[in-house]
Amino acid sequence: MAKKERPIQGAPTARDFKGDVNPDWCPGCGDFGVLNALQNAYAKIGRGNHDHLTVSGIGCSSNLPGFINTYGMHTLHGRSLAVATGAKLANHDLNVVVTGGDGDGYGIGGNHFIHTMRKNIDLLYIVMNNETYGLTIGQASPTTVIGEKTKSTPFGNIETPLNPVAMAIVSGATYVARAFSSEGKHLAELMYNGMQHKGFAFIDVISPCITWKDKGEFKIFDHWKERVNFLEDHDTSDKAAALEQAVKDGHETQLGLFYHDTSRPSLDQMEPVLENGPMAHQPLGVTPEQGSAIIQRMM
Amino acid sequence: MAKYDFVIAVGGAPGQGIDTVGKSMSQIFARHGLHVYTYSAYQSLIRGGHTFLTVRISSEPVANHGDEIDLIIALDRNSLEKHLPHVRPGGALIYNSDDVRKQAPERDDIQLCPISYKELTGDPDRKKRMLNICTFSVALNLVGGDLKVLEDIITLTFLKRKGQEVVDANIAAARAGYNYASEHFTPFDTKAEKREPALAFTEGNGAMAMGGAAAGVKFYCAYPMSPSTGVLHWMAAHARDLNIMVRQCEDEISVVNMVIGAAHAGCRAMCATSGGGFALMSEAIGSAGMMEIPIVVINVQRGGPSTGLPTKTEQGDLWQLLGASQGDFPKIIVAPTSIMDGFHTIPELFNLVDKFQCPGMVLSDLTLSMGFTTFEPDSINWQPEIDRGELITELGEMDGEYLRYQITGSGISPRALPGTPGHVHVVATDDHDEDGGLISDEFTNPHKRRDIMEKRQRKMDGIVELLPPPTLEGSEDAEVTLIGWGSTHGVISEAAQTLTEDGITTNHIQFKWLYPMDEDTVNEVLAKVGHAIIVECNYTGQFARFLRGETGFKADGHIRKYDGEPFMPHHIVDGARELLIGKTELYVPYQEIVV
Repeated sequence: MAKKERPIQGAPTARDFKGDVNPDWCPGCGDFGVLNALQNAYAKIGRGNHDHLTVSGIGCSSNLPGFINTYGMHTLHGRSLAVATGAKLANHDLNVVVTGGDGDGYGIGGNHFIHTMRKNIDLLYIVMNNETYGLTIGQASPTTVIGEKTKSTPFGNIETPLNPVAMAIVSGATYVARAFSSEGKHLAELMYNGMQHKGFAFIDVISPCITWKDKGEFKIFDHWKERVNFLEDHDTSDKAAALEQAVKDGHETQLGLFYHDTSRPSLDQMEPVLENGPMAHQPLGVTPEQGSAIIQRMM
Repeated sequence: MAKYDFVIAVGGAPGQGIDTVGKSMSQIFARHGLHVYTYSAYQSLIRGGHTFLTVRISSEPVANHGDEIDLIIALDRNSLEKHLPHVRPGGALIYNSDDVRKQAPERDDIQLCPISYKELTGDPDRKKRMLNICTFSVALNLVGGDLKVLEDIITLTFLKRKGQEVVDANIAAARAGYNYASEHFTPFDTKAEKREPALAFTEGNGAMAMGGAAAGVKFYCAYPMSPSTGVLHWMAAHARDLNIMVRQCEDEISVVNMVIGAAHAGCRAMCATSGGGFALMSEAIGSAGMMEIPIVVINVQRGGPSTGLPTKTEQGDLWQLLGASQGDFPKIIVAPTSIMDGFHTIPELFNLVDKFQCPGMVLSDLTLSMGFTTFEPDSINWQPEIDRGELITELGEMDGEYLRYQITGSGISPRALPGTPGHVHVVATDDHDEDGGLISDEFTNPHKRRDIMEKRQRKMDGIVELLPPPTLEGSEDAEVTLIGWGSTHGVISEAAQTLTEDGITTNHIQFKWLYPMDEDTVNEVLAKVGHAIIVECNYTGQFARFLRGETGFKADGHIRKYDGEPFMPHHIVDGARELLIGKTELYVPYQEIVV
């Protein structure tokens, strides 16, 4: 899985962000569409490969940093947002994108999900939501619907799935969207805008798992294609309206940008210690003058 | 001047300002140029409960709270009743006579020093805000200290925050107490005379935080947990002045993972917690080992297991650190041997973890972290050597393809920071190839796994070469050897001296760098021991078992304390005598002062 950084000639293209390793996802997986859209979004930003950091947790979709040509961190299960927060606050010049699945982000990483949004850390977080634990061969996840039979719910799931978009809006994310992996252009545009947004940008991507969801005549992609609609006539600056759209029950699922708050500064913008630039580039240690001032207060 | 060695204890309730008494007492005597060591026995309550602070004052550097109390200040009735027996014969007890309802305290072998707060101050407030000042000034008179020092501290403390009126009222209270004592009480024979230079003072957690700042920590985060929170408070208070990113996180899992992210992006990054928080960090500490990211994690031990004793001390987490996280990976464990050693240890450890790209863990405990000590201002080196190891931050000349985990003889692979052109790579918690490619899943390859495992573990050879072995303190042919680790250095050292003075020649080995341990060099030191006694603050003899596992060394006896209170020198002296008789191999001292 060598990652040779090829010099980019002219404006970068999606090809410049293609990794040297082919994805190990099942043929037909929704995650291919997400990877492709992300390569396009990175290219559109126009910076070098080394200016981006792609951080993931553990799971099928979290293998993504291995398949893309940027700096990458393949962290522990559920911990990608905490690691990415540390990296971003250490060097806010980096464009930090976090990718992962619903089990990783909404299950084991649920606490970090809430608090990273609350802190409005300047990240783009892309969750490939397939409503299952794919890599552990198909158990119920936090987004599995009621009644669904899985290996861990052989008699049907009785737990209510969480609503990631609504959760993001109330938790303090400042850019909240839902997308579908088959709608690549729409997804890439949301990703690009999410990267450009100063603050926590979140995209819940319906990224179906054919391996554990296709059952006989039931095809998961067809199921979603029938259900998705694009949000229309919606004011993305209206938080209450965004929440209303997010909690709508029913057969149809809305895609698009639900909420966009451009008024709230991101944490790095509010932190005075970053006034002189990224923390990682600051001189280390304590000057003799600072040292004697500290000692004076200890006498 | 003759050696001065005096112990004052202050009893009261939290909320009576007793939390700042340790600081105030340290400040008063540090300004006299005297050395101070404090130990605060307290409870996990914000209001109610009881706190008992012991302050040892000496003309020589002092590293434990001693055996006897010369003078007790009882700030409330509870303290008066509880601690009356704890004053040594010939000592004194200061108390507020307003507290006494029926019977005044009785002891004919000590000097009883009642003062009436109401009469001395005119009782300006029902909260007795100036009681501490009043009683301190009485104590200051009894030990022959300088009232001007207390007055200066009052001005320094209150002028900016509360104004001249409060300063004047407190100085009046201090003078009233001091003068009342002159007229009514007999001062001690030995005096706390002023010396040069005046000293500075710090809490143990503050010393480690200062060490972090000096080492170039640019990212610190934490979740509040006693008794480690002082590090967070110091860092937060100094963040802006010293340009350090300081964050409070949602839990310790987030804390350590943020530290890993910040360290990977190029900052020297650190966090501190106690045993429970450390348990949550375990998995990520292994991930720092696997991704080869240098981090420093401080574990300030408190009594365990589980929530345990939040406000009491123990050395019970050694095996937790040794076993932290699954699998084998290079790591360093160090236990500072004094409060100021905490300051020096952090930069030393950062240089090691940067060089070897692995997690470093510091084992402190409540005794060390929440105690105060004095130090000479000039003894602080704010510019310790900073060695970031093999770090790549710019494109430079490249010799072929960059391999993040290049297999090298030392096991150290040059580390490129994200943002550096030409060195794009992925770090992974799955095991990986030289270039970061996963070897789990479909890439699994036993030969690559063996190579990369051996590469990582080779770093341990380099680490062990750089860690200094423990030294034998005292005569080489002593009858008894006391062996300890970490925070107990000061108290064991004093016990060894007392035993030697009493005719039982005793020397002392204190372990600081615990892991990795070099069998040969440690065995060379251990070859010279007398009747070997391992002294530690836990039930199962965690260090004794570890030392035996690493070196095959079996001690002759053990002194263990696990009641939550730290050793006093006589606990060890009595234990050594008992163990020498040979009837038992384990001595558990009795804790006389119960708070």
